[in-house]
Amino acid sequence: MSWRRFIRRRWWDQERAREIDAHLEAETAENIARGMPAAEAAAAARRKFGNPLQVREEIYRMNTVGWLESLWQDARYAARGLRLAPGFAAVAILSLALGMGANTAIFQLLDAVRLRNLPIRHPEQLAEVKIAGGNHGFGLNQQYGELTRPLWELIRGRQPAFKGIFAWSADERYVGRGAEMRHFNQLQVSGNFFDVLGVQPYRGRLLDPADEGACPVKTAVASYAYWQSELAGREIGSGIKLYADGALVDVVGVTPPEFFGLAVGESFDLAMPFCQPDQPLRRDVFEVTVMGRLKPGWTLERASAAMASMSPGVFEATLPPGRDPQAEQMYRHFRLSVYPAATGVSGARETYDPALWLLLAITGLVLLIACANLANLMLARSSARSGEIAVRMALGASRTRLLRQMLAESALLAAVGGGLGIALSQTLCRALFWAVLPAGQKVELRIETDWMVLAYAGVAAALTCVVFGALPALRASNAAPAAAMKAGGRGTTAGRERFSMQRAMVVVQVSLSLLLLTAALLFVRSFHNLMIFNPGMREQGLTRSFLGYWQSNLPREQWPEFRRQLLTEVQSTPGVLSAATTTMVPLVGGSWSHDVHVGTVEGSSKFTWVSQDYFATMGIPVLRGRGFDKNDTAASLRVAVVNQAFVRRFTNGADPIGRRLRTAPEPNYPSTIYQIVGVMADAKYNDIRGEIPPQVLAPADQFPAQGPWTQVLIYSNLPPETVINTVKRNLARRHPDVIGEFSNFQDAIRDGLQGERMLATLSGFFGALAAVLAMIGLYGVVSYLVARRRNEIGIRLALGAERGQVVALVMREGARLLAIGIPIGLAASLAAGRSAGALLFGLKPYDPLTLAGAAALLAGIAAAATFLPARRASRLDPMSALRDE
Amino acid sequence: MGMKQASGEILQGTLDMLILQILAPGPGHGHTIAYAIERRSEDVLLVEHGSLYPALHRLEDKGWIASFWGTSENNRKARYYRLTAAGRRQLSVEMGRWERLVRAINQVLRPENP
Repeated sequence: MSWRRFIRRRWWDQERAREIDAHLEAETAENIARGMPAAEAAAAARRKFGNPLQVREEIYRMNTVGWLESLWQDARYAARGLRLAPGFAAVAILSLALGMGANTAIFQLLDAVRLRNLPIRHPEQLAEVKIAGGNHGFGLNQQYGELTRPLWELIRGRQPAFKGIFAWSADERYVGRGAEMRHFNQLQVSGNFFDVLGVQPYRGRLLDPADEGACPVKTAVASYAYWQSELAGREIGSGIKLYADGALVDVVGVTPPEFFGLAVGESFDLAMPFCQPDQPLRRDVFEVTVMGRLKPGWTLERASAAMASMSPGVFEATLPPGRDPQAEQMYRHFRLSVYPAATGVSGARETYDPALWLLLAITGLVLLIACANLANLMLARSSARSGEIAVRMALGASRTRLLRQMLAESALLAAVGGGLGIALSQTLCRALFWAVLPAGQKVELRIETDWMVLAYAGVAAALTCVVFGALPALRASNAAPAAAMKAGGRGTTAGRERFSMQRAMVVVQVSLSLLLLTAALLFVRSFHNLMIFNPGMREQGLTRSFLGYWQSNLPREQWPEFRRQLLTEVQSTPGVLSAATTTMVPLVGGSWSHDVHVGTVEGSSKFTWVSQDYFATMGIPVLRGRGFDKNDTAASLRVAVVNQAFVRRFTNGADPIGRRLRTAPEPNYPSTIYQIVGVMADAKYNDIRGEIPPQVLAPADQFPAQGPWTQVLIYSNLPPETVINTVKRNLARRHPDVIGEFSNFQDAIRDGLQGERMLATLSGFFGALAAVLAMIGLYGVVSYLVARRRNEIGIRLALGAERGQVVALVMREGARLLAIGIPIGLAASLAAGRSAGALLFGLKPYDPLTLAGAAALLAGIAAAATFLPARRASRLDPMSALRDE
Repeated sequence: MGMKQASGEILQGTLDMLILQILAPGPGHGHTIAYAIERRSEDVLLVEHGSLYPALHRLEDKGWIASFWGTSENNRKARYYRLTAAGRRQLSVEMGRWERLVRAINQVLRPENP
């Protein structure tokens, strides 16, 4: 058997037919030549030849693969069967496509965020050096910052494990000057970064070790996207120069389009080499990620052991100055270890991971409900075809052959539904992004249907097919032909059994959709709780602004005065009710803490330095003592306002006013004694979800480490856009060198809730989908029941039963299924709820109101689904029903 | 299968050998092959002509013969078969096997002849 002949078996058949004809003609001609009459000559030739059709069939069989041929037959038979039942096929394919599409879409997201390897050569070789267990908040921590620059220099020189090792850090910087200044995402890299990763230049050249040198940086490499959008795709050789952070740099090359850096979900604009500043590098700023490719034969374990053994020396040599002995001790005990890094790093991963897995489970359940629906449809279909099946069995079709044919039908449905689902998933994925992400939010993920996604969809489709196809098929092929034919498809025991299976399917659907409805309600209520939660401060009417004046070239002594001037200008803008500076804007992330001692009690507290109108601007009441005033200056006594949590933690609830707190020393933040002058009400700190930590507020002018920037919170009763525009215009006119960034405070808070919003939106959608599917299932089963009991209902009506009684009769059927399904669903919800507890805000997973609400909602839906067939039954014309018998 | 003979059945696989042997001197088409078998066996082996074609198909599949469309002696189109190099090797293998078989059977039937 050759595949070429199999593929061309029809052509070969034609070929043989021609050959046989030629043979017969030759024989006939010879017969005639021997003197036979023409008609007899042809007949004799045929006799001599045998049956040409049989010969052709024999050859055709030689050309085919038996199982493939019969598989094809089954598929064609199934397709024909489905064409004859277009309604069934449409419902089946559509529900499968929806279920599969939703599932694949979520999986695709998960794949993009978490599972897929980086788009570089041999990503599996990539490993990352980190401090085992993290640095416990030591020093200053940037996003993706695992190690300090001094640590990196030492590791680079001493490590034995990597054949190539590099470091990088990501930051937001400014490009351009004056009013044209814009943000860009900077990727700072060690010189061998691109070389070790194996990234080839798209244009020009990429960075090499010679580019590392003294600050300021002189060279940069643009990402493809940035080169296209900001540099207009100009030729690299033509000398593109940019002002980046005030220094002139040459753009020497472009990275390929698929390279986005190593942080999944983000992208960079310009990559620049690390540079050596005049002052020594700070030893307490954790800003770089160190990665590399291990030498051949080195495992992660071996590399970790080597890193651990060089750790004491490395950390001893980079001990940050000015720390208390405890912190020094902790730093000395850090240990380096090596971790796999094939999938890169990602902030999006931590944000979305739990939610995505949960959504995958939810869409899996939706698919299961769709399967139950399909199984029901298949059951109904096979019972309608029981006559046909009985005839075929009586004619000698084997049970396995029948089984195979029925499975072929579900396999075909699963394949078509799955294929549509995959096509749909791309659109769904995009819709999901669009629906869930706030406007302007930039998450750059490559959503692709790669082999992982396809494999996932394939496995899901196969499982689906088995779940909804196998049971009904087994049932149908087990029917006794004699019984089925005798009964003519009506009222047999087999039918009753089949029917009880349909009920079981509906019970499964009811309980699963109750589970999903509960989840949906929980997440929607949790999101609602977050939205209406009072964080203890004003949210509406506030604008946050960031003002940077490092390009104004002011001497350091003038910074405080300039900052006060900027604040005064903002305050005097028409429409501004009040404004205040702060070192830390609450509720939108970030954190600032110092170790403090109050008498003998020591611990950690959050610190914020604010100007005097802060309490009024934010609407946080000062409960006791005083806030800040103009007498609290850089020269006066250090004073502080603490919150109630601080009082509980440090003075055990006793009145703290007049007491002193002392901060532990840190670089730039020498140990300082503050006198507590007031107590403010508790308000949330950096996250609306978190506990309220102890907080200390101190006057802005007493902030020891102010840089050339300030953050101003502006309260106004005008629309935020108006305020922003006015302030911006004034700023541009008076101080063109000052960078100003503005945003609406409430929007910024809500952006932080996108994980919850995604969960609420999607689980709500899937819960509704599940309820609709369950409704269809229930409707189908009850309709089937009504059809089967037509005669009985007809007799009841003829004997004088009220219409209401008939409705009640039918509704009781539905109620019975609900009575079994709802408790199962509630039990499942309680069991599953534990895993969702961490994702909920302001309510428990066993929240009785939610459970009761979901059950009531489902009961209402079920009642509607049963009522339609029930009403139809009650409108039955008894005469016609009885005549049918 | 498909091969009728004056008395009893002949061994499976021998039809293949016969076809290969007949094609050994030069190409021929199905009709000529059928008559050649009959003629050379002095009408002892009567081939049902149709049964030839599955055999030809199988031999071609194995690469022992190749086929082409040509014109016959009396100007008819016919599919011609010719022996390939592999077919020639196969023929000698099968003839060797056949001769051993015949000798063995002969020795069983007439043990007096050494």
